[in-house]
Amino acid sequence: MLIASAQAPALQVGGLTKRFGHVRALRGVEFALGAGESLAVFGPNGAGKTTLLRVLAGLLKPDAGTVQFGGEQLVRSNAAHRRRVGLISHHSLLYDGLTAAENLVFYARLYGLASPRAAAARALAGVGLEARASDAAGTFSRGMVQRLAIARALLHEPEVMLLDEPFSGLDQRAAATLRDLLGRLRAERRTMVLVTHNIDEGLELATHVAIQVAGAFASLGPRDGDLAAYRARYAEATAGA
Amino acid sequence: MRSVLAQAWAIAAKDLLLEFRSRTSFLSALVFTALVLAIFNFARDPTAVSSVDLAPSVLWITFSFAGVLGLNRAFTLEKENRAIDGLLLSPASRTALYLGKTAANLVFVGAVEAIALPLFALFFNVPLLDVLGPLVLVIALATIGFVAVGTLMSSMAVNTRFGEMMLMVLVLPFLVTPVSAAAEMTTKLFAHRPFAEWAAWLKLLAAYDITFVVLCTLVFEFTLED
Repeated sequence: MLIASAQAPALQVGGLTKRFGHVRALRGVEFALGAGESLAVFGPNGAGKTTLLRVLAGLLKPDAGTVQFGGEQLVRSNAAHRRRVGLISHHSLLYDGLTAAENLVFYARLYGLASPRAAAARALAGVGLEARASDAAGTFSRGMVQRLAIARALLHEPEVMLLDEPFSGLDQRAAATLRDLLGRLRAERRTMVLVTHNIDEGLELATHVAIQVAGAFASLGPRDGDLAAYRARYAEATAGA
Repeated sequence: MRSVLAQAWAIAAKDLLLEFRSRTSFLSALVFTALVLAIFNFARDPTAVSSVDLAPSVLWITFSFAGVLGLNRAFTLEKENRAIDGLLLSPASRTALYLGKTAANLVFVGAVEAIALPLFALFFNVPLLDVLGPLVLVIALATIGFVAVGTLMSSMAVNTRFGEMMLMVLVLPFLVTPVSAAAEMTTKLFAHRPFAEWAAWLKLLAAYDITFVVLCTLVFEFTLED
């Protein structure tokens, strides 16, 4: 199933398949998104959502299928391709023993940014953590860690943002802050893929919606209904899962 | 090449800063070293084997195991919050990752050795100052060899069950050559034998280092494949 995007696809995925032993984590997943479009992928635990994001990020090699960014085939060994992607996962990918600023400066150096300290300061200000720049990431609350993880993912201004259960474990206030930040990303016309089992959170940010069950998209298309409609569709799609 | 070295430096500096702040592995390796030296010192019968005959073996057994303790930390700290994904997502090359990790391990193991060596001289009463220059060369070459291999093995062992034990199993066979060569040279040095008698071991150690540094750098990226 393919979304017929009006724009040239910023992200195009075709026939993705991935197995872990006898488990088929991805079964022929395909979609295309234009710049500024965002796809929310809903599915129960074990549906293959995280596997999908890890393949898109280049962290996992698919058994078959293609991932293209702006028409270019993703090559995992290509540093330029890795620059195009930012990943926000339920793991922070941060070092607890480093301060917020040190974490970001480290990543800025890995990305070869011209002025790592200035880039880190900008990113911290962007998520409202400039006052905590000198505090160790290990002392942060879950919500602050998630904001710092967002700053890390956005440091190099990626074209495509991948979000894996970004609201997991956040309290209401932290979730609201995260929603604001993601809204800002959408306004900046970044392409986003968000996987979650929380329909309420995901639907708000999505221009397109997919329901993934047992590795395959059971439904996919532009967002065309309200929360109740998608809850019903989700319940129907996952009834036998 | 410049960007690879810059990325390697960033990774090494980050690892060393984390270790400097926690000092967990460093203190463990130091305590282990002091214990091994003390046990060997008090367990030996000085009338049966002279200090100078026993000392080289003890020195290299201590360095090898203390070094392996340190190598474990290289990739274990990347498991925290799945930071390894952050490294793999970044444009940093796998070569930079390997070189950075190896450089940090070299500093770590070198620091443990620098503290252990005076302790060793104290316990075994060996004439260290007479042979300090050549001994440091031997230690440096042997350390480069086993850290190069150990860093590679550490990246393989970290995702296995009982990773720390697995690292020992993986790395010890590769330590036979550098540790044997280093122990032989240390024996000759303490006995004040001429350079010609241990030159062949030195060449072997240098060849081992060159071979394994190149080989491990090339092979490393495959250890990170899913």
